[in-house]
Amino acid sequence: MKGLLLAVAGLTAALLGSASAADKLDPSCSGCHALAKPADTSLDRLLTRKGPDLWYAGSKFKKEWLVAWLQDPKPIRPAGYPYFKTVKKGDKNDVPDPSKIAAHPKLKKADAEAAAEALMALKAPADLVPAGIFKGDMKGARMGSLAFVKFRGCVACHQGDKGEGGLSGPRLTDAGVRLQADFIAAYTADPQRFDPHIWMPTSNLKDQDIQRLTAFLVQLSQGDK
Amino acid sequence: MKTQMSAVLAGLALLLAPSTSQADQSIEQVYEVYCVQCHGLQRNGTGVNVPALSVKPRDHTDAKSMSDTPDDELFKAIKEGGLAVNKSVLMPTWGHVLSEDQIKGLVKYLRQVCKCGK
Repeated sequence: MKGLLLAVAGLTAALLGSASAADKLDPSCSGCHALAKPADTSLDRLLTRKGPDLWYAGSKFKKEWLVAWLQDPKPIRPAGYPYFKTVKKGDKNDVPDPSKIAAHPKLKKADAEAAAEALMALKAPADLVPAGIFKGDMKGARMGSLAFVKFRGCVACHQGDKGEGGLSGPRLTDAGVRLQADFIAAYTADPQRFDPHIWMPTSNLKDQDIQRLTAFLVQLSQGDK
Repeated sequence: MKTQMSAVLAGLALLLAPSTSQADQSIEQVYEVYCVQCHGLQRNGTGVNVPALSVKPRDHTDAKSMSDTPDDELFKAIKEGGLAVNKSVLMPTWGHVLSEDQIKGLVKYLRQVCKCGK
């Protein structure tokens, strides 16, 4: 019983903690981004969403990147978000429709620093992004590159090395600067644990694949070239 | 008493049911979210990702090639990915994201798109 009470108290403290962190963000952020884990996990919610969820931002992003990006936000998803509302028919294939892709607000330095601080306090539960899930072995990066481009087909939706790749998923050319390694590994293993209906498939990858892909991605730092 | 109990149980079932069941979701919306990125708005294999693909995605409007593919193979390709039906790895496995009913619905939908049956 005592254990249960402690668990409830811990959970409440965690929820209050993230709620107060979310409160420090400009109210306009929540117009497009979920800053707390949404109760509605239906596909309908995904269809009406305007921006990616940020309720686990503190376990996803690197703070320095957030501070810089919020002052000079360049699109992370080349085809817009959600892509199926921001593409149009082109001559040979569908293309992003710039008129439908809204620019992210630009923040001043002090505001960007405050927002990054608040976002970094929005942590994922420990079992969602387990610390140390990426074991840090960088020797797998070369095989990870081959898996990304060839064997696992990640390149179909994501731009990786040299900016080559598809447009419907987030650009990963700067993944190592933008994202935390443990997040890359956890999300790649099962995106639907983060976002039940997200259009990135779970590819039944073995841990060795996850380790190699993560090693490949964390060394990408080309920015938006 | 029996009627009251039934009403209570029915009310409880309504409360417990998710607001929108997967079966209610328009299968066309499911296609828009997951398939359009490669198979395209026109369903003819011209999605926004196509320039990055080494293998052209299936043209779902092509009655000839689609009618050569039986329903169970389409189901397997969607659920387990291209490799499961000796096709490209670029067609991913959707079995973890979509329910069996949604995949069955997509197979039916593909038959409408290609205006062909098998």
